[in-house]
Amino acid sequence: MKNKIIVFILSALALLALPLLAQYFGQGWVRIMALALLYVMLALGLNIVVGYAGLLDLGYVAFYALGAYMYALLASPHLSTNFPWFAQMFPNGLHTPVWAIVPLAAGLAALAGIVLGMPVLKLRGDYLAIVTLGFGEIIRVFMNNLEQPINLTNGPRGIDSIDSMSMFGFSFGKAIEIGGYRISSVVLYYYLFLALVVLSVIICQHLETSRIGRAWMAIREDEIAAKAMGINTRNMKLLAFGMGATFGGVSGAMFAAFQGFVSPESFSLQESVLIVAMVVLGGMGHIPGVILGAVLLAALPEVLRYVAGPLHQITGGRLDASILRQLLVALAMIGIMLARPRGLWPAREHGRAAPAPVR
Amino acid sequence: METFFQQIINGLVLGAMYALVALGYTMVYGIINLINFAHGEVLMVGALVSWTVVTMLAGAGMPGWSLMAISLVCAIVVCAALNFTIEKLAYRPLRNAPRLAPLITAMGMSLLLQTLAMIIWKPNPKPYPQLLPTEPINLGGPVISVTQCLILGVTAVVLASLMYLVNKTKLGRAMRATAENPRVAALMGVKPDMVISATFIIGAALAAIAGVMWAANYGTVGHMMGFLPGLKAFTAAVLGGIGNLGGAVVGGILLGLVEALGAGYLGPLTGGILGSQYADIFAFAALILVLTLRPSGLLGERVADRA
Repeated sequence: MKNKIIVFILSALALLALPLLAQYFGQGWVRIMALALLYVMLALGLNIVVGYAGLLDLGYVAFYALGAYMYALLASPHLSTNFPWFAQMFPNGLHTPVWAIVPLAAGLAALAGIVLGMPVLKLRGDYLAIVTLGFGEIIRVFMNNLEQPINLTNGPRGIDSIDSMSMFGFSFGKAIEIGGYRISSVVLYYYLFLALVVLSVIICQHLETSRIGRAWMAIREDEIAAKAMGINTRNMKLLAFGMGATFGGVSGAMFAAFQGFVSPESFSLQESVLIVAMVVLGGMGHIPGVILGAVLLAALPEVLRYVAGPLHQITGGRLDASILRQLLVALAMIGIMLARPRGLWPAREHGRAAPAPVR
Repeated sequence: METFFQQIINGLVLGAMYALVALGYTMVYGIINLINFAHGEVLMVGALVSWTVVTMLAGAGMPGWSLMAISLVCAIVVCAALNFTIEKLAYRPLRNAPRLAPLITAMGMSLLLQTLAMIIWKPNPKPYPQLLPTEPINLGGPVISVTQCLILGVTAVVLASLMYLVNKTKLGRAMRATAENPRVAALMGVKPDMVISATFIIGAALAAIAGVMWAANYGTVGHMMGFLPGLKAFTAAVLGGIGNLGGAVVGGILLGLVEALGAGYLGPLTGGILGSQYADIFAFAALILVLTLRPSGLLGERVADRA
């Protein structure tokens, strides 16, 4: 037990110190780490739907997009520049505080999740997959085309000059100095995302062992049996969809604040596939596994993008960094699954006898 | 009215191509319950192989139709070999693994094929030469191009021979038996591994044909061209009831018609507010609607959940 605490404290310190060390090698590295944390959050959210409840969702990125666009619209000059009546109402542009946007983004995403879930929950696994995939595409088409007749999303050009995150009068967009030591904005975001990831892990952990989590897993293992045990499978599935979508919406809002720019390109089907791959590669339904999968798929190829510069010259431009990254992700998805079909760090095998009840 | 008939023709042609690809999805799904995500990429490889052959032989002075036939044969051979290898390497080892594992390797395979195609053929889109006469045939108002005629004809022939293969030959019976229950089929002397390989080869041949037709119809090829037909054909297969051959054809044609009519009428009907770019939404909205009313697709049987 004591060992565990020491390991815990050490890893916490390492996670806190990591960006401070990394920023000496360039801001790019810290950025990669912050984005990896964002992916961890997304993967944890999808894990609720895919890992716990066993519902294959291939359109998860739609909720991420909803959150991001919600933040972008409510915290950028976009609406005021396009609608004169709006500009009259908010002459300085709309700068909604974070405390309003994030719950709104989460709520919108959750609502979308439940609305999508309602008609499709009757469907069996693979039918559900294609419908969610279609939903993701629908959202993307809307993002791409909703500049006419009213310019809501600015089409493929996306929305820019989005406010950075700020809470309690403290802005994450500017570097701060503590006793002559400069901490850049990217590092601040890293800490923000780290805190959110920790919060997500705590929420997921509690969900997993709660009545709800056990109901989800029962549905995953055998829906008919779960129903027979008195679980309201419809409500539980809707809850899983809504809960997963909430995570997506919050991550999306964070993404918009972090990037300062959103466009439909960031929310393609490939992104959905990548998040599903993170969950399955890491080990479905197992929090440490999912985190491992997310970090691996998000960060490793990015790191190689930096390392693989010379390769571009050697192969005469055919194998540049982004192609290499794709190649690696593809090979990782195939290789890891073939070597470990249950994921890198799977949950304990089900079906063993429950521990004897304490009397 | 002329627009209507024109869009019906366009929709039928589009639907015929969707149907060819959807058959590949549905056959694989029927036998091993796997959504073969790499299927659209097989179509892309077929089109690119055909493009390579056509450009290589362009100077030989052969007539267009023979050039197309030669490139089609090459594409079919390459795609069949490719799909056979993919199945052997990425899906067969995972046959008894958790359900999502082969799905992830299929997604990985799709990404891998796209990347390899990008490396081999360079990322820029390439023009596919006009091999058939470009003069459209006038049907008293609506027109149809020679390529479109060919697509409809080839699809009809392919569908008829596939139906014959599945329903009348020994291989077809083995395929149906394996789809029903691989273990019992094996007891009856069917070799499931061989049947599955055959299924992948047939599916790849269909995808290669669709790829060449797609390239001839739209005139460009590139490493990303498999994505949209793959996605739509998958939708078509599900719409018709995945695992059901007739369903794939019905779903494909229906989807093609919905899309073409949507593209033709969406703009005028909504007063220009919704343009033809929303045709994609139409297709998916139709899918969601159909599945809400009939959760197993149009022609799918109501199957009980497997324990």
